[in-house]
Amino acid sequence: MTLFDIVSLVVGALLLVIAFLAINAKKLINSVLFLSALSMLAVVSFVLLKAPDVAITEAVIGSGLVTALFIFTLLSVRKEETK
Amino acid sequence: MKNLFGLLLSLVLGAFIILALNNTAAFPAFGEVDLADRVSEQYFTDGNVAEVGSANIVTAIVVGYRGFDTLGEVTVLFISALGVAIIFGEKKQERLDLKFKPNFMLRVGSRVLFGMILITSIYIIFHGHLTPGGGFPGGAIIASAVLLLYLTDDRFRSNVKGFKILEGIAGSLFVVIGLLGLVLVTSFLQNFLPAGTVGDLLSAGIIPIIYVLIGLKVGSEISGIVDNFLTEEESA
Amino acid sequence: MIQYAAIILFVFGLYGLFTNRNVIKMIVSLNVMEVGLNIFIISIGFTYDGIAPILSSTTANGLLYVDPLPQALVLTAIVIGVGTTALGLAIAKSIHKTYNTFDLDEMGDKE
Repeated sequence: MTLFDIVSLVVGALLLVIAFLAINAKKLINSVLFLSALSMLAVVSFVLLKAPDVAITEAVIGSGLVTALFIFTLLSVRKEETK
Repeated sequence: MKNLFGLLLSLVLGAFIILALNNTAAFPAFGEVDLADRVSEQYFTDGNVAEVGSANIVTAIVVGYRGFDTLGEVTVLFISALGVAIIFGEKKQERLDLKFKPNFMLRVGSRVLFGMILITSIYIIFHGHLTPGGGFPGGAIIASAVLLLYLTDDRFRSNVKGFKILEGIAGSLFVVIGLLGLVLVTSFLQNFLPAGTVGDLLSAGIIPIIYVLIGLKVGSEISGIVDNFLTEEESA
Repeated sequence: MIQYAAIILFVFGLYGLFTNRNVIKMIVSLNVMEVGLNIFIISIGFTYDGIAPILSSTTANGLLYVDPLPQALVLTAIVIGVGTTALGLAIAKSIHKTYNTFDLDEMGDKE
């Protein structure tokens, strides 16, 4: 068993656990944050699979911009409800 | 009951996917791909590399061999940004209030950080044909720099009209360069500049120019989407 | 190994899309599906002891590279993904404005 196998095993298991948590979380904000963590782990797996271009793009977009868009939506909705 | 049905359906589908891909000659096992069987092998031949002149083969494919696909992809992004703007409507003027007043240090510090992030993104865009990166991640980094200013300054709004003009100019120049290839050589988006030495900053013909245009377009579009999400109607 | 994880991620996303009745959760499930698909497409081109498809002066000829074509396809797919996610969130926000809820079951027959 090489180092590549061990690391990919750990990353794969973590991906599955975090995807399960993201889909089944009770609160919406937790679900969005788990999605951000999932993107970060996807970056690790892209680097393992020798795809640096895709890894940079996913790191910026998946864990930064998409999370920000989700949180802005939830924020503006909560503001409407308290009004 | 409904959950159980959904679970069964997705499990059956997953089993089908794994069974269909297992042990077929057309789908080699993980990590045992032979590049000689694939289209991609000819991207690495010496003649093709010298003709395109880009050290990063992924960039050569995205902008060179498949440049027309990229034009369509940029159009899809433009249409989705337009859709967001239409759904949110025109009459929104006021910024979403973040319920937090940034102090002087935070405002100035974020301005300094904004410059650094912008320099990083310019580096990534200009070296797209030499190192990992290029127009798509560079444009997204520009948008995240704008997002930083939105978060740390409660009065900041990007000049939306400026972004729209920039985006239109970048998109039109992309098409104009493609048409120049059609007129000067033979086909749309063909390279009409000398390819230069592989590995130099000024090499690869039109690839760096097009990637800079793509970076500007992606950056201004995603900044426009962020601006749309952070505005709301004036509270009556 | 990571290929199986990608397929199971796709199935997870599909399950979430079937069972969740909340609009935001459905968009999250779509994103999970997208991540799984991207990892799977990248893994198609992987070879053991291949290197990233970037030529440099220190590497001699005859080296093994991974397949660059799936990487180029996924690079554009990620950027389209942020556009579709933003459009979906915009629609979800306007749904919430009309019905005051994100849940599909609670929307009922309000006009």
